[in-house]
Formats: sequence, C-alpha cells, structure tokens
Amino acid sequence: MAHEVSHDQAHDPSNVTNPEHAEHHIVTPIQYCLVFATLLVGTAITVAAAYVNMGAFNPVIALAIACTKAVIVILFFMHVKYQSRLIKLTVGAGFFAFIILVTMTLLDYISRAWGMW
Amino acid sequence: MANSITSTGHVDHLEKLMPHESIINDEGEHVVLPQHRHHFETAEQQREAGSFGMWLFLLTEIMFFGGLFFAYLLYRNWYYPAFAVASNQLNVPEGAANTAILITSGFFMALGVWAAEVRKKKLLVLMLVFTTIFGVAFLGVKADEYHEKYEKHHIPGASFSTSMFTNPPVNPKTGKPDELPLAPDMAQHTEIFFFLYFAMTGMHAFHMIIGIVLLFWLTWRAHRGEFSSGYVAPIENFGLYWHFVDIVWLFLFPLLYLINRHPIH
Amino acid sequence: MSTPITHTIVNLPDQATARIPKRNYINNEHGLLSWLLTGDHKRIAILYLISITFFFFIGGAFAGLIRLELLTPAPDLVSSDTYNKFFTMHGIIMIFLFLVPSVPATLGNFLIPIMIGAKDLAFPKINLLSWYLYVIGGILTLAALVLGGVDTGWTFTTPLSTHYLNTHVITAATAIFIAGFASIFTGLNFIVTIHRMRAPGMTWFRMPLFVWSNYAASILMVLGTPVLAITLVLVALERLIGIGVFDPTKGGDPLLFQHLFWFYSHPAVYIMILPGMGVISEVISTFSRKRVFGYTAVAFSSVAIALFGFFVWAHHMFIMGVSNYSALVFSLLTMLVAVPSAIKIFNWAFTLQKGSITFETPMLYAFAFIGLFTIGGLTGIFLGSLGMDIHLTETYFIVAHFHYVMVGGMLMAFLAGIHFWWPKMTGRMYPESLSKLSAVTSFIGFNLTFMPQFILGYLGMPRRYHAYPAEYQVLNVLSTAGATVLGVGFMLPLLYLGWSLKYGAIAGNNPWQATGLEWQIQSPPLTENFTEIPIIDYEAYDYEWLEKKQREEVTTVG
Repeated sequence: MAHEVSHDQAHDPSNVTNPEHAEHHIVTPIQYCLVFATLLVGTAITVAAAYVNMGAFNPVIALAIACTKAVIVILFFMHVKYQSRLIKLTVGAGFFAFIILVTMTLLDYISRAWGMW
Repeated sequence: MANSITSTGHVDHLEKLMPHESIINDEGEHVVLPQHRHHFETAEQQREAGSFGMWLFLLTEIMFFGGLFFAYLLYRNWYYPAFAVASNQLNVPEGAANTAILITSGFFMALGVWAAEVRKKKLLVLMLVFTTIFGVAFLGVKADEYHEKYEKHHIPGASFSTSMFTNPPVNPKTGKPDELPLAPDMAQHTEIFFFLYFAMTGMHAFHMIIGIVLLFWLTWRAHRGEFSSGYVAPIENFGLYWHFVDIVWLFLFPLLYLINRHPIH
Repeated sequence: MSTPITHTIVNLPDQATARIPKRNYINNEHGLLSWLLTGDHKRIAILYLISITFFFFIGGAFAGLIRLELLTPAPDLVSSDTYNKFFTMHGIIMIFLFLVPSVPATLGNFLIPIMIGAKDLAFPKINLLSWYLYVIGGILTLAALVLGGVDTGWTFTTPLSTHYLNTHVITAATAIFIAGFASIFTGLNFIVTIHRMRAPGMTWFRMPLFVWSNYAASILMVLGTPVLAITLVLVALERLIGIGVFDPTKGGDPLLFQHLFWFYSHPAVYIMILPGMGVISEVISTFSRKRVFGYTAVAFSSVAIALFGFFVWAHHMFIMGVSNYSALVFSLLTMLVAVPSAIKIFNWAFTLQKGSITFETPMLYAFAFIGLFTIGGLTGIFLGSLGMDIHLTETYFIVAHFHYVMVGGMLMAFLAGIHFWWPKMTGRMYPESLSKLSAVTSFIGFNLTFMPQFILGYLGMPRRYHAYPAEYQVLNVLSTAGATVLGVGFMLPLLYLGWSLKYGAIAGNNPWQATGLEWQIQSPPLTENFTEIPIIDYEAYDYEWLEKKQREEVTTVG
C-alpha cells in the first residue's frame, strides 16, 4: 500500500522527494496550555522586575525573558521542535543574519569614541 | 520491495519512489485532495515546501524589523535619559494587557492548528474566531494608546511638543514631578523615541491588520470545511505568521514600555 | 563511427527535415491572458526577459546622455541638476531593474526546475506575483522619471536625499521597495525548489553549478533585501514627517542610513554576480568538453561568497565617518571575500586546461568575463585597502571598478547565458558570425569606455560631476567613443536574436552536445518539462555518459 511505501521512503537515504521525513508529531492541547501559562507568567515577571531597581541588569533581565518567551513560542506554538533539521537551520540562519546586522553595525558606533585615532 | 500495480494495471516501478498522495478519509478510502498541486509529487512534499516557504518569508520579516530594532538600539544608547523619560509616558497596564491578549490570541491559533490536524471543523472555526477577537482587541487597545499620544502632542512631526519634558508636570499625589526635567536638546530627542514607538508598533499593527483580514478569509474557508479533511497547510502556515507577529510584540513591549520604570527622584 | 575534426561542437539536426516540436510551452496555450496569468516558470522567464530588456535600453539611453555631457569639460549639455538625474536614473534602472533580476529571473526561472528534474518551481503563483511586482516597480520608476526625475544618486545618501532635495525621492523609493519584493519572492521560490523538489537521484553534488550559484544568490536576496526595504521606508518617513532618524539637527545619524543601506547593497552586488558565475561554469565546461575542475570547491565558494558578502558592507563607507577601528575590521574582511571569487577563476582556468576548446559565441563572452571580472575584482582589492581608498573613492576609479565587474563581468555572463540557452528557450539558433562580431564589438567598446576611467580616477577626476578640468578631456573623449561602440555591440543582439525567432536554424534538443537535464528534453520544452520524471544516476558534467548515450541513441527508423 502506498502508505507503507511512504514510510519506507522515510528511511531510504537516496530518497530525494522527501529527504527528511519529519514525523507528523501533533502537539497536544495540554502542551499548548503549559506554554500559554508559561508565557503569561513570563510577562508578569517582566513587568514586576521592571519596577525593581537592578541598575544595568534591568534591560538584561527584560531581554532574557523576552528571548526565552520567543524561543518557547518558536519551539512549541510554531512546532519547530518537531520539524526537520532544515527548518531548524532556517530559523537559525534568520537570527544569525539579524545578529550580524546588529553586532557589526555596533562595531562602528561603539568604537567611534575610542581615542583620537 | 514489490512493484505496485496501479488502477490501470500498469506496473509502475516508480511507484515506490513517488507514491500518489495517500490521504485516507474517514471511510477508509483513498482520496486525492483537490488542493494537490501537480508540480509536487506528493502531498507531503507540498506541505513541507509550503511550510519552508513561509519560514523563509518570516526570515525576511526578521530582517525587515531588524533595521528598526537596530535604530532603536542605537538611539536608546545615545539618548538614554530622553528615552527613559519618554518611555514612562507609555501606559504599562495597557501594554501588559496587550501582551497577554496577544499571547492568548496565539494560544487560540495554536489550538486551531491542532483542531485542523485532528479534523474537528467546529472547533477549528471557534478557535479562529477567538484568535480574531483577541487580535482585534489588541488593536483596540493600541488605538486607545495612540489616541492618548495624540492628545498629549507626542506624535512626531509638526505638532510634537517637548514642553512636558522640559517642564515636567507636578504629580498631585506626591506634590513633586515624577521625572527630572530634561535639557532642551535632550528633550528634543524624545521625538526620536516616539518616532520609533510609532514606527515599530505601527509596523507591527499593520502586520496584525493584514493577519486579521487573512483570518476572516480563513475562517470562512474553514467554515466551508476546506481544512477538515487533512489539508491543514494554510492554517499551519498562517499560524506561523501569526506567532511571528506575536514574537515581535514580545520584544517591543519590554523595549518600549519598560526602559526605566523606577526613576530616581 | 569517427567524427570529422571540426572547430565547432555545434550539432544541429538536418535542416531539411527538422521542425520545431509540435507541442511546446509557447504554443501550448494561446492568447495574451494565457501569458499574463501563467504559472509556467518558462513563460514567466520570457515575460521577465522582455521587461528587463526594455529597462536595459532605457538605462542605456541615460548612459549615453552621461557620456555625451562628458565629451566636453564644460557643463554645456544640461544643467547640473539634470545631470544628477541622468546618473541617478541610470544607476537605479540598471541595478534594480536590470542587473538584480537579470540571470535569476530569466535564465534561473527558466532553467532551475528543468536542471533539477522538477515540473515547475515550488510556488508558481508567487513566481507570477514576483513578475507583476517587478513591473509595478518599473512603472513607478518611470513615473518618477516622467514626473521630473530623482537626483540623489542610486545610493539615496542622507541627509541629501532626506533634507536637501525636492525631487521625487519617495516615488523612486516606493518603486524600489516594490521591486525588492519581486527579488525576495524569486529567491524564496528558488530556495524551496532546490531544497525540496529535486528529482530522484539528483543529490546536491550532482546538480549543475548554475543551480548552486542561484541558490547562494537567493539566500542573499531573502536575507538582505528586507533591510533595504526598511531603509527606504525610513527615508520616506523622514521626508514626509521629519522625524529626525537621519537628521543631525534632531539627534539622528546620517550614517545609520548608510549602514542599513549598504547592509543590503553590498550583498546585492553578489546577488548580481553569483548567477552570472553560474552561467560561466556551464559555458566553460560545455565548450571545453570537460567537467568543471574542482566541482566541490566551486559549489562551496558560491555559498562562501554569499556568507562573507554579509560581513563587508562598510567598505563603501570608509570616508564617511565610521570609526577607524571598524574600518580596519571591514577592510580585512573585504580581503577575505575576494578569496572565494578567486577560487572560481582558478577552477575555470583549470577546467580549460587540456580541454577541447571551441570558440562559439557563449565561450567568447565567457572569456571576456574571466578577463574583465578579474580586472574588476583586483581593482576592488585596491579599493578595499584603506590607504588607497581615501584617494580613489568617489572618483572615476570606483566607476571603472564596478563597471568592470558589473558590465564586463555580469552583463557578459548574462549575454553568454542568453546565447547558450537561446536554442533551448526558442528552438532556434542565432546567427553565429553576427553574434561573434557583436561579442567582439562589445568587448572592444567596453574596454575603450572604461579603461580610461581607471586612469581618470587615479588622476583625481571625481564621479558624479558633469564638468571637469580640461586636462581630463582626452580620456573622457576616448571613454565616450568607447561607449558608442559598446552601444552598437549591445544593440546587435536585440536585432539578430529577434531575427532568429523566425529565421534561425532549428536547434534540436542538444545543439551544443552539452550535459545537463535541460539538453535531454526538446527545444522549446514542453510545458510540463518532462514526459516522465527522470531518475539521475550519473554525475554532473559527465561527458562520457553523454557520449555513450549518443552512441546508443536511435536516430533512424528501420
């Protein structure tokens, strides 16, 4: 039957039509509820932390929580945890390009005031 | 691997490499989905290609917003006092509520994808409706916030006024101003903060509006049963877009609203 | 059977009996709407070919006007504002409406699905959308032109473009914003297609190098172009509302614009050249009858160029006020990015060595590419070193440098590709002697136009000026004379390629005896490309396989 064939295809290394047969893992509603709760808690912590004076750490904490929330949304709401390596690589590539834009431009701005040279 | 024999009796040795799409519906019959595009060999290939394509589009969105995020990073660094004071003009309860609203909207969207995957049509439609409602609620709160900015003359351009930054109003409860006054040139830089606020949240809201229009369309199609027989790609891919827009807000909120919520008097 | 020794590898069917295949993608459906609403990647490629040719000649007309003004030292043809509009429109049209889509949107669209054994690109409707966005962007550019033009230079440098000019900057910015999305969608389509739609047996390292190059360029399109988009939005907002993001009087930094602009515009030059390099790999291999030397190195060097291309943009800003430290870093990285390009040149040279070389027109353009791109690339190294750049930047040296890589490199590669795949796309051969003449004319005209400009730049003539000191006139006259010859060289293909559509020899499937899936199917191809999906069990550029196939091929009945 064709269904069994497609499963064989998944393990056939020369299969090019569907090279990385990503399992159709269906994320359950329970997982979604846990993620939802985590995101709301994270938001509450972010707001509370903003009112506590931690000096230079305030933006660090805020961004760290935001990054964590983003990662959770990407992995679970957007299913990336259960997707093929290609998708994971693609997401990484996007953030890599963004990091390059930010850090290499910052290179200029940070060093403008260094010395007279 | 035995060669399979197609319905016309012709032995197709290629069958094992390229099975026809093999969706089995509730009656156990093989169904060829009408949405199958013929340049794809299998439905699997089509679904994965669609998902990959949507992710690539989201990468372009990351880079698009990226330019604005960098401008924000630069000017917040250069004009921190102005940014801090201007940020305190934003309404944290509204911003936090909006964050919760958008997270909830995303939660319903994720449930909607699940409903499509397990082929529960009514649940899918309900989830899409809730997603839309919370999305619209977000925009409503945003509109209220923008209106407040308009009234306080904080919209950049000809009507922008820095008077409340050079001469901060006295807080009736404490008898003192909430903020220290800014020098005139630093006060002028609050306009850059507000420009970035409007540009970033405005661009975000624009993406939400597009999303909501798409949601109306998808809800209507879902109601007609187009996504309850195994064809989940549009719901899945729209979900990716919606969650991405959510992630952008998850960063905008702390960066714009929570710069320095504990000013020293 | 022994083949007679010939000086050409062209192998056409017997013209007395040959016919264009009865059913092909051109006559499969009739009517204008069947073209305007098509999903067929080949038809979209032809639509693109017609559009970019149209814009190429408009951009070329502006080049002619520029050179006309520069015949004399005095600013006697047009006013300075008008002259600024000439070079701005020339730049915008040539870069965004010609070079960026040239090979990917025409040859890439046409060939990539066929080369990997697919029936179409992953998203045919998005492909069509891409063409419409391109056309809208083009129309808006023409609108900006007709309304009075833009004079900011194609680089839109702030604060000139935001505060000091009242020309149609926003119209032009909108036009490019839209055209940028055309580019993004093309790249997106290619990436998904190449990853997910290869035929059975077509592994990554069996693909033609043309596909690798377009893949690398597509990554740049997808990741780089959006930054241009947001930059243009910011310029438009700055002009409309005066928010201060690039305005020093309000605390903004004009250099921020340049960082964001060049973050795209440097990778853009690799978007432009990489597909051309892919063409050269195919042409050199075919006309030396030899596998590309160091396939893996060439494939990886394409991706390396794409990657490193993101790290060097501030070399366009050395004199603009970036910190010396960051200028150092970017200069060093610029030296690095030259390495993968050089690797390709070496590999092509070694492909030629001990090959059976013939000199059909595509090969002539390929040779031109190798020489001219090398000169352009090396002069890029001069510009990448800080000390030299201080003197050479914003002079005609830069103009000569980028014209050597873009015209001497990319445009020659585009013409090589058009001639190489013309028989496949149309079923007809172009007239070989006339095309050879045209290639040689272009080569001579090109060098006459741009070699003097290296000297002019070195002597100090600034770019974007419509008047110059009298001592520069001789070189300028040489340059203008060359431009006239170059113009003739570029006009000729338009004429004889058009002629060949009706009167050219019937090409048959494989007039060049080339390897590659596209040469195993009919010319012009069927709409669905293949009657049955091919299964690949041989490597790329396998001339032994081709020879064996030709020997065993049945050519007569009975």
